[in-house]
Amino acid sequence: MNIDKRLVRKDSLEKLFDILKQNSKTIFAPVTKNGKISFDVAESYKAIATDYIQTTQSSKNVAFPRTEKILDYTKGKNSISVKPFDYQSIPETIIWGVRPCDAMGTGELSAIFNWDSKDEIFNNRLSRTTVFGFSCSKADESCFCTSVGGNPGNTVGSDILFTQMGENGDYLAEILTEKGSAIVTLAAGLFGKADKAEKEKYIADVPVKFDQNGIRNKLEKFFESEHWVEQSLRCIGCGACAYVCPTCACFDIQDESHGKSGSRVRCWDSCGFSLFTLHTSGHNPREVQSQRWRQRIMHKFSYMPERLSVYGCTGCGRCSRACPVDMNILEHLISIQEVSI
Amino acid sequence: MMDNIYMPWLMRIEKVTYEAPGVKTFMLKFINEEDQNKFTFKAGQFGEYSVYGVGESTFCIASSPTRKGYIECTFRQTGKVTNALSGCEEGSIIGFRGPYGNIFPIDEWKGKNLLFIAGGIALPPMRCVIWNTLDLRNNFKDVTIIYGARTVKDLVYKHELQEWERRRDVKLITTVDPGGESPDWKGEIGFVPTIVEKVAPSSANTIAIICGPPVMIKYTFPVLAKLGFTDESIYTTLENRMKCGFGKCGRCNVGKVYVCKDGPVFTLAQLKQLPDEY
Repeated sequence: MNIDKRLVRKDSLEKLFDILKQNSKTIFAPVTKNGKISFDVAESYKAIATDYIQTTQSSKNVAFPRTEKILDYTKGKNSISVKPFDYQSIPETIIWGVRPCDAMGTGELSAIFNWDSKDEIFNNRLSRTTVFGFSCSKADESCFCTSVGGNPGNTVGSDILFTQMGENGDYLAEILTEKGSAIVTLAAGLFGKADKAEKEKYIADVPVKFDQNGIRNKLEKFFESEHWVEQSLRCIGCGACAYVCPTCACFDIQDESHGKSGSRVRCWDSCGFSLFTLHTSGHNPREVQSQRWRQRIMHKFSYMPERLSVYGCTGCGRCSRACPVDMNILEHLISIQEVSI
Repeated sequence: MMDNIYMPWLMRIEKVTYEAPGVKTFMLKFINEEDQNKFTFKAGQFGEYSVYGVGESTFCIASSPTRKGYIECTFRQTGKVTNALSGCEEGSIIGFRGPYGNIFPIDEWKGKNLLFIAGGIALPPMRCVIWNTLDLRNNFKDVTIIYGARTVKDLVYKHELQEWERRRDVKLITTVDPGGESPDWKGEIGFVPTIVEKVAPSSANTIAIICGPPVMIKYTFPVLAKLGFTDESIYTTLENRMKCGFGKCGRCNVGKVYVCKDGPVFTLAQLKQLPDEY
């Protein structure tokens, strides 16, 4: 299929932003807060950060918020009324400035949330979200998207992928979905013709660092390896890796009560936490940190491909950047590839 | 409304039964009759029970699907939610969602002898399948139940134990740990694996269903093997920590196997395929 390619002038982006605002879209974009760049509601085009390789947090909180309501309840004298979360309350949202690795992550989250039973809370959020991917012109040593099936100009998961053609250049916009086309219709004058434009020379060079399928095959026989202990000795189980990850979907369900009424909420959790699998009896199937680290890698590179036919990593590199004790997933994967069983 | 998979049904506690210190059974009925009529489950499945404002907790459905119009759960008061549940009275309203997980394949067991082995608070997850098979008693040959607890007080379902004791078509052996007996105790004294070895039930044409604390299970498997039970003829039900009940929250997996979806019922042959992480 031929992708509809358009040219958007650099100075048209602000106009596009304003048109979306005028059409009551909520726009999440990378904004700087306390020295960190993360996805948050951008009130103006000027608030959007542009000079970054990777945001601190991924964009996953738009479709899978860190804490979200499942239901509300009110207790009466002899009764309880319970209201499910109202999907209609989800605003029409644009995520602006999504890196291709995060865009690919929505597919992986979707695989988890739709495995067998359908999680309509997630699905409704996603269906009201339009993803503006922005290709990467720069990468750093933590990036490894090309090793896990992605690339810095990957269209997967974006509704429109913007690629800036040179520093200070105009943007090539690839219109990839119906949601993307709807934006073009909304701001028709801003999307010019660009039939011949090629993006390849403008995107970052990210060399392939390991063979993903090779690692998957290796992991089949790697469960009992001593390597997990060696790799995780310095892990402090803080869970930062899971919180910055665009595909980690493990969650907890808790009640928040305010007197007679309250909500049941779902919140992010991490397999790295020691209490994650603890039974009430005191028995813990993943008792030590090496078992929890093994779970993290096995889930992403062995269990998910086997059960859901997708890998659980997009190579964004955030876990390596965020880790307070320098656990580097890329180094660890390469070492799994190299060690003999 | 039910397209929100986390929405529980509202259930009224019809009856509270005190079973043992800290252990209670709730008989639950759907507030909405329509929900009741639509609801079906099979032996071995579990659910999420919730006290609004406190949270959810996972237990098996302890009543048999042959007993229509209600479900029962039995729990020990140990954590935040079970403490709140324990404080609920007859008439209180709680949440329930389920059923989740796979089932005991009782259709495949027709014409066979059944041997149930349970320890302590692990009789509740087996009570469902015990009553299910007893309610279809003609389909099965000999039914033997070996049940042990730490002390006489800790034995749950005391009335039902008496009923099984009286029944001619059930062989019941109860035991308590050494030191756990009362002066008038007439049952066995000894740990469950020892008593299984002593009773030595025949493995010929027999399915063994076992549930209990990990240490009991660990020492009973070799006894069953010695008696000639194959790994395919031994069933158990795993209980891992869960939040969602349908393979998303990420807690209950043992390797690539999800206890909530692929289990909780496994044969010993299946367990042996799993990594040792449960």
